[in-house]
Amino acid sequence: LRKNVEDFTGPRERSDLGFVTFDITADILNGKNDLQSIFDWNVKQLFLYLSAEYATKNNALNQVVLWDKIMLRGDNPRLFLKDMKSKYFFFDDGNGLKGNRNVTLTLSWNVVPNAGILPLVTGSGHVSVPFPDTYETTKSY
Amino acid sequence: MIVSSALMIWKGLIVITGSESPIVVVLSGSMEPAFHRGDLLFLTNFHDDPIRAGEIVVFKVEGRDIPIVHRVIKIHENSVAYFLRPWLVSLSKVAQVRNRENGNIKFLTKGDNNEVDDRGLYKEGQNWLEKKDVVGRARGFLPYVGMVTIIMNDYPKFKYALLAVMGAYVLLKRES
Repeated sequence: LRKNVEDFTGPRERSDLGFVTFDITADILNGKNDLQSIFDWNVKQLFLYLSAEYATKNNALNQVVLWDKIMLRGDNPRLFLKDMKSKYFFFDDGNGLKGNRNVTLTLSWNVVPNAGILPLVTGSGHVSVPFPDTYETTKSY
Repeated sequence: MIVSSALMIWKGLIVITGSESPIVVVLSGSMEPAFHRGDLLFLTNFHDDPIRAGEIVVFKVEGRDIPIVHRVIKIHENSVAYFLRPWLVSLSKVAQVRNRENGNIKFLTKGDNNEVDDRGLYKEGQNWLEKKDVVGRARGFLPYVGMVTIIMNDYPKFKYALLAVMGAYVLLKRES
């Protein structure tokens, strides 16, 4: 599972709004490190989501879900997403995105069983996205 | 006897899980296809459990009684002693001091099956939820089992019939 990103920021009122584009690739490997191996008889679906985690002056910990997808058992377990835009607006609670070098994107998933425990798993590997120090004023998105 | 042991078990669950309502029934389809109306959810609400994006939480909007089961999509957390954090982390390893990461947290939720986030559900002017609004975190679930509660709510006659049957059973048992 790999991700690549680009970034811009723009202020809306008083809060920073970030724009991120990313690729997500999840392919079928030898049944060890792929999504297919998580689906067993008791797994109804996987709720996948890409979240950005970072710290700002105002807030020690911020997590924002940028994108999510529901993958049912039987769906194609491969993902070849390129140049995806975030599904949800990436607002900060303040101006903490500007110049923030340490924004980390991680892919995680919620395993929803047919019955039983609901675990939340974080994918290993993450991508760091540095945000620029300046705002983009005219950006049609 | 049965009633008191049932009550004891329920109270025990409340204490063990830390949640005022450790078992809830899913009332709406807003988390489909993961959860459907009538599914049963098991919750915990441990104080030290941090709320993190992606978790499924059950919360109540201030002033309303209905628990809502949705997913956390945004959190902003600040801790009181943020600048002391590195020092506190090493201290917590040595002296088992409680980790202060769990400071003031505000978060936003959204149902998987909904297009928009839950701001429309919150109180007028409220933009974020806080820890105090949380009834618990969904840890496990059983499908369909909660349907009984929904049927009893939608068809009160069924509820009275069930109560009558249970009452009759208790009375008859005593006599023998």
